[in-house]
Amino acid sequence: MKTQTYTVNFGPQHPSTHGVLRVVLELDGETCVGSKTHVGYLHRGIEKLMEDRTYPQVIPYTDRLDYLAGISNNLAYVQTVEKLMKIEVPERAEYIRVILAELMRIASHMVGIGIYIMDLGAVSAVFYPFIEREKILDLMCHITGARMTFNYMRIGGVAQDLHPDFIPALDKFIADFPRFIEDYHKLVDDNEIFKARTKNIGVVCAEKAMDYGLTGPNLRASGVKHDTRVINPYSIYDRFDFEIPVGETGDCYDRYVVRMREVEESFKIIKQAYKDLPEGPVMAKVPKLIKPPQGDVYHQTENPKGVLGCYVVSDGSPKPYRVHFRRPSFNNISIFDELFIGHKVADVVAILASFDFVLGEVDA
Amino acid sequence: MENNKNYQEMLANMFGDKINFNEEKPLEIYVNANIIVDVLKFLKEKGFSFLADISSVDYKEYFEVVYQLFSFDNSDHLTVKVKIDHENPQVKSITGLWSTANWLEREVYDLMGITFLDHPNLERILTWEGFEGHPLRKDFVSKSGRK
Amino acid sequence: MEFLNNIFVYIAQWIRETLATLGFTPVWVEVSMAVVYLVAILGVCTLAALFYVLWERKLAGYIQYRPGPNRLGPNGWFQTIADAIKLLTKEDVVPSEADKIVHLMAPVFIFVPTVLALAVIPFGKGMAAVDLNLGVFYLIAVTSLSTIPIFMGGWGSNNKYSLLGAMRAVAQMVSYEIPLVFSLLGVVLITGTLQLQGIVEAQSQVWFVLLQPIAFLIYIIAATAETNRAPFDLPEGESELTAGIYTEYSGMKWALFFLAEYCNLFIVSAMGVTMFLGGWQGPFLPGWVWFLIKTHLLFSFFIWIRWTFPRIRVDQLMHFGWKFLVPLSLANIFLTGIGVYIYKNGLGWW
Repeated sequence: MKTQTYTVNFGPQHPSTHGVLRVVLELDGETCVGSKTHVGYLHRGIEKLMEDRTYPQVIPYTDRLDYLAGISNNLAYVQTVEKLMKIEVPERAEYIRVILAELMRIASHMVGIGIYIMDLGAVSAVFYPFIEREKILDLMCHITGARMTFNYMRIGGVAQDLHPDFIPALDKFIADFPRFIEDYHKLVDDNEIFKARTKNIGVVCAEKAMDYGLTGPNLRASGVKHDTRVINPYSIYDRFDFEIPVGETGDCYDRYVVRMREVEESFKIIKQAYKDLPEGPVMAKVPKLIKPPQGDVYHQTENPKGVLGCYVVSDGSPKPYRVHFRRPSFNNISIFDELFIGHKVADVVAILASFDFVLGEVDA
Repeated sequence: MENNKNYQEMLANMFGDKINFNEEKPLEIYVNANIIVDVLKFLKEKGFSFLADISSVDYKEYFEVVYQLFSFDNSDHLTVKVKIDHENPQVKSITGLWSTANWLEREVYDLMGITFLDHPNLERILTWEGFEGHPLRKDFVSKSGRK
Repeated sequence: MEFLNNIFVYIAQWIRETLATLGFTPVWVEVSMAVVYLVAILGVCTLAALFYVLWERKLAGYIQYRPGPNRLGPNGWFQTIADAIKLLTKEDVVPSEADKIVHLMAPVFIFVPTVLALAVIPFGKGMAAVDLNLGVFYLIAVTSLSTIPIFMGGWGSNNKYSLLGAMRAVAQMVSYEIPLVFSLLGVVLITGTLQLQGIVEAQSQVWFVLLQPIAFLIYIIAATAETNRAPFDLPEGESELTAGIYTEYSGMKWALFFLAEYCNLFIVSAMGVTMFLGGWQGPFLPGWVWFLIKTHLLFSFFIWIRWTFPRIRVDQLMHFGWKFLVPLSLANIFLTGIGVYIYKNGLGWW
């Protein structure tokens, strides 16, 4: 019988492309035989806009990159500028930064995991992590006054000290959170359908992961033990005791497992940082007008989605000459075209969701 | 830091004066545009197996393409820079070495207008196909009126 | 008690007598009664759908730590009615490239098997609109018809997602029809009748769920697949095919599909109750109340399943159906046959 393939336009308006990703799939029945990923529907020209703002004015723009982890983006940018200007950040500010960045990582992974399971068809599984995320966003709101676009980090510290309400709220969060992790493991981990849908699906071997520049949980799921927080410690991450969870096969199931375990590790860091939180100022002495010396610097931090690199070029003026971000999601999803081939449509959705990308970051 | 000295020596032996070293920043090398593929291939074999980023800067007289390399063995970081002529910005593609370079080079091409020779699919990636100009260039003027 | 138990039977009798006294000939009395039954069935159908849409949303809300609909009326109980009115007033959008007649008729046809199936469901003692002696056979035959309107909807919309969903629907519904039928055959073997009333009455001592536990499990699984509900909601497959067969449907056309889904689920639950859970049998309460309670519980079980499990993949669905459920249901029939033989004849060869 003569059959022919057909093209399906997957996105930019599709429930499981997490925003405005567009994948043009060539399908033979249900099987994907060709794929072309189109990005750029959310391109706002953030890098160009930044060239026209002063250094502190750039910070709010970074919130809009990976909008599920604004604090982490803030951190990458301010640390880059601090590296350029050689500013020493006060202890207390560093601790606050770490606590918030790790809270943000948990919040981001909560969305990633929840949406992932939802895209596999278990709609309820998205609500439980979102409740936890909601608690974290409330915590954030206590300090920063915002839920998504925080603009909280400053070059040389953080915008303000912790709100008195924050500590009891964090106490409560720390007390409640392990229960959730336990429940969620019970709900998802051994679910036969979940395992059937994710085991050996979208397998990325370690070499391929490195080749495509995957970072973050997606790289670690492939068995590469790489975490910028440990390999090139920034801020005060070298003071904490935590592990780098790695997967074995690099399939969709491993990506889920690694994210879940990473949440637990982040939780460990938060508890340690919270215990050691010193008193003191939260801002270093920085000039009113921030004019970094001429030169360029590249700095990278471990964001929830992967390694966020920030490249800043200064010409000595109050405005950055060039700001470039290595956005982890952008590199992560470049593997899709190759990975989709040979999988069923349903697997394509599983792979898409398991990579946990954010289009705000992909398109910048 | 000792490793860096080693790399410098190795590179100097291999490529001679086509590579310039920055005395203040030992983690940064300037490479002649013609040999960028060879240098990166050499570095990849020597352990810098992870290409983190390709970015580009418009210095008005010339362009600079900046490669960020990482070694996962000993957490070393190396910045490789290439100066490119402003009138005819071209550099060889390194998609043969890292697949991730595909999209990164497309992004640089799209936003900065640097052509990567031998790239399998050099199309605009973030802006749309009919977009004119390359927005990250310093002489780019937006048609919509806003700077 | 006896009166309450038979209240609907008395009502029917009363209508019959009234019509006779009004001077209708016996033929016209039968015709009028058919109309009354039809109206009653449609009423049950609509009410069940309206109620269960809301119940599912409430229960889903409970499962997901949220209130569910709670704005309109006491505790949000009027929400479905408001939604229905909203859907009725919406613009009727037909894609320009669609096969218009097929596209428009699909949501109408989807209700035909539903209403036909409800005709034989015994809601209580003597409370089936038509008590066919081929009840089980009829029910299976009629419910399998619902594949056709679903494929019509998928084909007529002229949308790739719809077509993909329709193809999945046909493959799935035809495949799972077989274990569904086989699971019911076990019960039929035991009772020796295809009449639904007879099957219910045969369960006065022990429910068939105890005699046929495997068949009951197969029935639950196959019925979930037949009604296209999670984890077998591949034809709709929201995260994969946007809305599958329903992608191009909006307004009341979509609502008809939606209501039909709930009606079908109601039928499947009612059928499960009739075949395995003792139908209207139960102490103290009137039979029809028992029937509704059991159906409600089984329906809620389906909802629970839906909001817990991820969706399985299309090839896994087929493998599961053909390589696991069909052999298992065949084995079940075989064992039941042996059991029935031994029960009737004793272990003669010993």
